[in-house]
Amino acid sequence: MTDELNDDRRGFLKCMAWAGTGALFAFDGGIGSSIGLDAALAAPARHAAAAPFTFAQVSDSHIGFNKPPNADARATFREAIAKVKALPQQPDFIIHTGDVSQLSRDDQFDDADQMLKAAGLPVFFVPGEHDMLDPDGGKAFLNRFGKGSRGAGWYSFNHRGVHFVALVNVADLKPGGMGNLGPEQLKWLAADLAGRSSSTPIVVFAHIPLWTVYAEWGWGTDDAAQALKLLARFGSVTVLNGHIHQITQKVEGKIAFHTARSTAFPQPAPGTAPSPGPLKVPTEQLHSMLGITDALFVRGHDRIALIDSTLA
Amino acid sequence: MTRAFKILALQAAALASSAVLLSTVSVVTRAAPAPPAAAVAIDNFTFRNPVVTVKPGTTVTWTNGDDIPHTVVSKTGVFKSKVLDTGDKFSFTFAKPGQFGYFCSLHPHMTGTIIVKA
Repeated sequence: MTDELNDDRRGFLKCMAWAGTGALFAFDGGIGSSIGLDAALAAPARHAAAAPFTFAQVSDSHIGFNKPPNADARATFREAIAKVKALPQQPDFIIHTGDVSQLSRDDQFDDADQMLKAAGLPVFFVPGEHDMLDPDGGKAFLNRFGKGSRGAGWYSFNHRGVHFVALVNVADLKPGGMGNLGPEQLKWLAADLAGRSSSTPIVVFAHIPLWTVYAEWGWGTDDAAQALKLLARFGSVTVLNGHIHQITQKVEGKIAFHTARSTAFPQPAPGTAPSPGPLKVPTEQLHSMLGITDALFVRGHDRIALIDSTLA
Repeated sequence: MTRAFKILALQAAALASSAVLLSTVSVVTRAAPAPPAAAVAIDNFTFRNPVVTVKPGTTVTWTNGDDIPHTVVSKTGVFKSKVLDTGDKFSFTFAKPGQFGYFCSLHPHMTGTIIVKA
């Protein structure tokens, strides 16, 4: 098995692992074989890259929000973190897809930071528009959560064979427009993806959806098409967003789009209310409309499995 | 001078002084008229009166009635509010004629225009 995993043939291998059964399946030229998961994990680095792993997504914590339907967005965020900690398979890390704070105040960022530290996991952030409200237009967020990032806070990293790209589409928004990536970031993205094999699974995360969910409410990103064009050649692309405080999903070609629930308050479905303001649900309903997303990556599978669970 | 004449004289004096007082008031009003003002309400993620026409010197005040913060930002850098939380206000005095487009930098689909003309 190990011998077969030479670099020339890696592109033809499809490995699929099931955490539940502890077996790793490898397919070569249509002939399946399997090795024990323990053996796979003990094998050299490229085997480790094929091991399944999970990461969790939290979004739109809006720390500082205290109006109907949620008088204490800190409390519900704490519950969300507890939910992540209670997942049967501990995620390797957490991504926060923005609107960490309600008003970009230091105490709000600080509280979010402290609460996330309780999870004991690495956390990767992108800012939401609520995180850009300090007088310096996002510096407070970047100083705390954006170390090592470029521009308004974009960056990428690799984790066990998957390439993660964090994009910022809430900076320097244009009058009358929606979310915006801007030419500088798109240029960086092109360079970031250029050298990568098309078989590299890609996970992109950003605050505002990278497809147009509802233009009338600005729920989309004006120049997302340029980013998606750069991603089109990859065999597996997962785009994770927040901003709209509800689950929506779509598959277009090889790109799967998904938006997560907020941990603070729900928003109405597109066009079902006069505005996208907080959906003022009764207190007993609130927890069923807040939640987290758990992403299971299984190498060789078409899609990352995304499991949304509520705080109820 | 008869007593009756004295009273008349006093009344005349009182009338005269009140006339002076009245004219003083009207002079004051003419010299410093109440500054012209206009209001724009922010509700349901919209500027409720998106196009407002005012005279030069008018102070326009925006008030955020939403549960979500907004901003009021000139498209050409003429004015820029800090973030307006629920109930917060922002005012700007338009001294010169012109057309001033603005938007909410958080929710840029929210736009409005102040037209200033004499």
